[in-house]
Amino acid sequence: MFEVTQATEVYSTIEIAKGDVAAGEQAADFVVERTFRVGLQEQLYIEPQGAIAYPYRETGNGKRETGVTVVGSLQCPYYVHRALKRALALTDEQAVVIQAETGGGFGGKEEYPSIVAIHAALLACKAGWPVRLIYDRHEDLAATTKRHPGVISHRTAVKKDGTLLSQDIYIVLDGGAYCTLTPVVLSRAAIHAAGAYSCPNVRIRARAVATNTPPNGAFRGFGAPQSLFAAELMVEHVAERLGMSSVDLRRKWMLRVGDTTATGQNLTESVSAELVLDAALRAVAPNRLTAQPPIRHGRGLSLVFHGSGFTGSGERKLSGTVAVAGLANGTFQILTASTEIGQGTKTIFCQLAADALGVGLDKVVLAPQDTSLVPDSGPTVASRTAMIVGRLIQEAATELRDRAKREPLPLRVEKTYVQPDSIHWDEATYRGDAYPVYAWACTIADVDVDMTTGEVRVTDVVTAVDCGKALHPVMAEGQIEGGSLQAVGWATIEEIKMKDGGYQNDRLATYLIPTALDAPRIRTILVENPYSRGPFGAKGIGELPMDGPAPAIIAAIHDATGVWLDEVPATPEKVLAACTSR
Amino acid sequence: MHFTLNGRAVSFEGAGSRRLLDVLREDLRQTGTKEGCGEGECGACSVLIDGEVVNSCLVAAGQVEGCDVTTVEGLATNGGLSPLQRAFIERGAAQCGICTPGMLLAAHVLLQRTRRPNAAAVREALAGNLCRCTGYTKIIEAVLSCAT
Repeated sequence: MFEVTQATEVYSTIEIAKGDVAAGEQAADFVVERTFRVGLQEQLYIEPQGAIAYPYRETGNGKRETGVTVVGSLQCPYYVHRALKRALALTDEQAVVIQAETGGGFGGKEEYPSIVAIHAALLACKAGWPVRLIYDRHEDLAATTKRHPGVISHRTAVKKDGTLLSQDIYIVLDGGAYCTLTPVVLSRAAIHAAGAYSCPNVRIRARAVATNTPPNGAFRGFGAPQSLFAAELMVEHVAERLGMSSVDLRRKWMLRVGDTTATGQNLTESVSAELVLDAALRAVAPNRLTAQPPIRHGRGLSLVFHGSGFTGSGERKLSGTVAVAGLANGTFQILTASTEIGQGTKTIFCQLAADALGVGLDKVVLAPQDTSLVPDSGPTVASRTAMIVGRLIQEAATELRDRAKREPLPLRVEKTYVQPDSIHWDEATYRGDAYPVYAWACTIADVDVDMTTGEVRVTDVVTAVDCGKALHPVMAEGQIEGGSLQAVGWATIEEIKMKDGGYQNDRLATYLIPTALDAPRIRTILVENPYSRGPFGAKGIGELPMDGPAPAIIAAIHDATGVWLDEVPATPEKVLAACTSR
Repeated sequence: MHFTLNGRAVSFEGAGSRRLLDVLREDLRQTGTKEGCGEGECGACSVLIDGEVVNSCLVAAGQVEGCDVTTVEGLATNGGLSPLQRAFIERGAAQCGICTPGMLLAAHVLLQRTRRPNAAAVREALAGNLCRCTGYTKIIEAVLSCAT
C-alpha cells in the first residue's frame, strides 16, 4: 500500500485560515504536537448491494414504453436516476428509479448503487429481459467503498492557564485508486477539524490523495469522525501537558453562543457544548468498581459537534423539493425522494405532515420513492432529512391545510428549499457559515483492558446529544445507539488488513462487527436546544453519534493503562505493544 | 421433498443440495427470511428446524425432509402479531428491518426456554444475529419486556 503521507497524486486540497497561527505560537507557553491515524471501516449494512433492472418503463395503464426501470437497495433515487440517464443516454422520463425496502445504508448506498444499477441495466437492455444483480457478501466487502483512512497532525499553542492560542492542523485522507465523493468527504473533515472549540488563530490544511487501494467513499460522518478523533485526543494531550483536567480544559475552550468557528461562522443559536457536557457528566456514577488483575478499568470522555445539512451552499444548489397532496377521498400523500433506511424517515415525515394538517396519522401516507412519482428532495445523506426535508414537508402541509379551507380537494402544494439570507458561504475562501446549525454530543466510555492480552472491552457508553428536538424520541435514541456502536466497532475491532493494495479480510468471517455480546450498555440522553428553522426545532443527528465514541475510548484506555494510543482501531496487538514498550 | 413449514405440510421438487434459504424464498415465496452473508455469520437467514435456531444459508434443503421448519411468517397467529413482534415495534427494536426476522426467531426460542431471562442471557442468545442499526439496546429491551 502506498503511504498516504508520501502520495503525490492529489484529488483535492482545502485550506481554512483564521487569525494568525504564527502569532499565536509566539505568545504561547507551550506548543503541543501530535499525529494521529485512523483506519478503514466497512459500512456493513446487513443487506448487501442489489438491484433489479427492467429494459422498459411502465406507464400508468401498465403499458410498456422505451426506457429503463431500476428497483434497488439505495439511499438516493435521484443519484441513480442521473447516473442511468448519463450512462444509457436516457431522458428524464425514460429513466425510472424505485427504492426497494433497504436493509441499511450508512453512506454505503449513497453513491455505489449507481454502479450496480448501470451494470444491471446494461445486462437487461442486452438481454431484453429483467436482470437481478445482488452482490454476495464477499463481493460487497471486496468491491464497495469504505471509510477513508487518514493521518492527522496537530500543533496546539496554549498559555499556562490553558488559554487556547492557536491550532495548526494538517489532514491527509486516503482516497484510494479512484475518486469518489472524496473531495466532499475532505471538506467535512476539514470543517470539523478544530473540534467544538473556540480558537482565535486556526490553520487547517487538508488534502485527499490517491493510493493503490480500492476507492474510499461515503460513510456516516463523512470525514468528521476522522478529524474529530484527532481534535478530541489533542485536548487530552494538551490537558496532560498543562496538568489540568481535560473536562476543565474543554469547559474553557468550548464554543458558546457568539463565538466563531474556524471558518469564521458566528454561532447564534442552539449551541450546546456545555449543555451536553453537563448532561453526560450528571448521568454517570462518579465511583468506579475496582478491577481484578489482569483487568483494569478506565473512563474517557469526548465532546463533539456535527454540522446538519449540506455544507456551505450545498442546500441552495440542491434546491430540494417536496410535495404534499390532499386527495379527493380525504387522505393525504407526502411526495419526497428521501428514503427510509432504518432511521425513521417514514414515521417522522408522516408525524410532521399529520400534525401540520391537523389530521390523524392514519390519514397520511408516504408515496413510494419512485422518480416517476416524486420530486427530487435531495439525497438521504448529510444529517439533512429530518431538518431540511422535514421542514419543507411541514411548510407544504401547513399551506395545504390553509388552502383546503377555501378550495376543494384534490390539491397539491410543492415546496422548494430556499437558503435563508442570513447564511453566507464563500466556497473559494472557505469562509462563512459552513452549516445552517450544529448538533452536539458528549460521550463517556468505560472500558476494561485485559493487561495480559491487550483486549479492550467497552462496557458502557453514555452519550448526551442535543438534537434540537427529538421528533420521535424512541427512534432518535435508536439511531444514536446504533451510531455509537458503529463507532465502538471502528475504535476497537473493525480492522481491514491490506496486501498489495487489496483487502485481506473481505469476508464476514474475517471482518468483524460487534455482536450483542460485544456491545456495551449504551445509554442516550436527549437534550433539546431547538433550532429556529428546524421542524419543531429539530436538527440532524444521523452522523453525529459516529464522532464521539472513538476518542472517548482511546482516553479510557489511557485512563486504564497509562498509555496513549494515537490510532484506531485499538486492537489487542496495538494495546499490548504500547503497554510493553512503555 | 416434504416438510412442515409454519405448521403446514409443504413439498418441493429439485436438488436436495440447494440451500434451504433459496427454497424458502424462491420456491415457497416465504421472503421474510433474509440473506446477509451466505456464510453463517450474520444470522439474517435464521429459521427454526425442530425448534432449533439455524442459519438457513448453511442448510441443504434435503436435510429438512420430515422436519418442522418455522420462519418469521410463522410467528404471527391468525394474522395477529405475537407479543414479541409487538414489543419490537413499540420499543424501536427494528430499524432497517433486515435482521429483524432472525432476531425475532432467536429471541422467540430464548423466551420459550427461559421465561425470565436477564440481559446477559438475551445478549448470549442473540449473539449469532448481527444488527448494524440499533446498537442492540432496544432489541434487548424488547425481549426483556416479554419475560413472563
